[in-house]
Amino acid sequence: MNENSVPSDGPLVADAGAYAALASGAKSEKMSIRKLDFFYGDNRALKSVNVPLYDRRVTAFIGPSGCGKSTLLRVLNRMYDLYPGQRAEGEVLLDGENVLDPRLDLNALRARVGMVFQKPTPFPMTIYENIAFGVRLYEKLSKTEMDERVERALRGAAIWDEVKDKLNASGLSLSGGQQQRLCIARTVAIQPEVILFDEPCSALDPISTAKIEELIDELRLDYTIAIVTHNMQQAVRVSQHTAFMYLGEMVEFGETDQIFTAPKEPRTQDYITGRFG
Amino acid sequence: MVEPHTVKSFDAELELLGRHISEMGGIAEKMLADAMEALGGMNAELADLVLAADARLDALQRTVEEETVSVIARRQPVAVDLREIVGALRISTELERVGDLAKNIAKRTGKIANEGRVPRPLGGLRGMHDLAVAQLTDVLDAYAQRDPERARAVWLRDVELDLLEDAVFRELLTHMMEDPRSITFCTHLLFCSKNLERVGDHTTNIAETVYFIVTGQVLPADRPRGVGYARPA
Repeated sequence: MNENSVPSDGPLVADAGAYAALASGAKSEKMSIRKLDFFYGDNRALKSVNVPLYDRRVTAFIGPSGCGKSTLLRVLNRMYDLYPGQRAEGEVLLDGENVLDPRLDLNALRARVGMVFQKPTPFPMTIYENIAFGVRLYEKLSKTEMDERVERALRGAAIWDEVKDKLNASGLSLSGGQQQRLCIARTVAIQPEVILFDEPCSALDPISTAKIEELIDELRLDYTIAIVTHNMQQAVRVSQHTAFMYLGEMVEFGETDQIFTAPKEPRTQDYITGRFG
Repeated sequence: MVEPHTVKSFDAELELLGRHISEMGGIAEKMLADAMEALGGMNAELADLVLAADARLDALQRTVEEETVSVIARRQPVAVDLREIVGALRISTELERVGDLAKNIAKRTGKIANEGRVPRPLGGLRGMHDLAVAQLTDVLDAYAQRDPERARAVWLRDVELDLLEDAVFRELLTHMMEDPRSITFCTHLLFCSKNLERVGDHTTNIAETVYFIVTGQVLPADRPRGVGYARPA
């Protein structure tokens, strides 16, 4: 593990029990998606999808464009709520609580379930403020506490060494890969439990991609992670579980090793081996 | 049957790989058949042909190795493609070893040539040889047809070859005890029977690989084996 990326006073979210669970290989469902349907108006984009997100594991969602994987991700933190005419039916449990419940506090949900997008989306403000801005929405911290939080988040996103001397520079002055890690730092700073990555590397060069992948591997010790990716090799590299979706259906879910060596469904095999008609 | 790849050149590469394995299989079969014929008929010329064929087999194995490395590097194969490619690499190694064993048998032709007579134990050895060749042919057919059940049947049948080896061993031992003049000759045949038994092991390895290529499953580690026979160390 890269020492630069390890927060000096331990991870932002961690407990001894979780490490014990990791070591023993036991896994529990952090999120459970059950019989989930999703509609864009009359268009049914998800069809009775069932899939678990295991605690402190990376689950990769793969499938051709339009198969519903990004839609699924947007349901997990109710991002779709911003758009009229979009609705979800079924259950999405986060620690047993249905996040689709209309009475749910959306701000609290999005603090627990963070999201990183395809294109880096830094705010047009300083690097420091990019992190602190979100934290202030949820917590009231002293200057010292905030400084500490920003540093830990930036360290946690493996970008501290690159930006520590220019925290007052604009977030937009960073390279694409750095911007993406800044966005991850911003997400981590809120101390979420689940992080959703929607094609986080598709706009990055291979070296930045490798850094993000290394980071995801480290983040997995503390967070439950879901990642949508079009890059098959990336799914193999970063995930422990893989879900293959097609035309709004969950075709196959399994351990990544199994999916990529001996998938059970012919459609999965055709897709991952490049045989899709 | 699997669909063709969107990238057609990938299919062409896999096909070429499969063709090279088939060619290796054909050569190994022929070498094994010729080696026994050379031995039984004390035919030095035929034995030389076997030795010459081994060079071609070795060259093909290197080709397959290069092709698999190249296709892995360029295509990052997964699932059935990955199994096909890793399988081809494994099978080529096994076939190359079968060729070496056939060569070993052929080499003994010269060594037993001055004996001038064909003792009875050669019969038992022929039985082993015929079974070994039949098994190899069968497993290569299973590979060509991607037939896991046929591969599994070959894998199970290897026990018969083990039993035959035990029988040949006892037979040769009896001969040596009855007529010490036959010890040199019989010892050579003993090595040949060991070579044939090894061919059987490589054949079962190929069977396991074929089964894995098609099903993605691994055959159990505990294959039924022949009755243990205490051999001198």
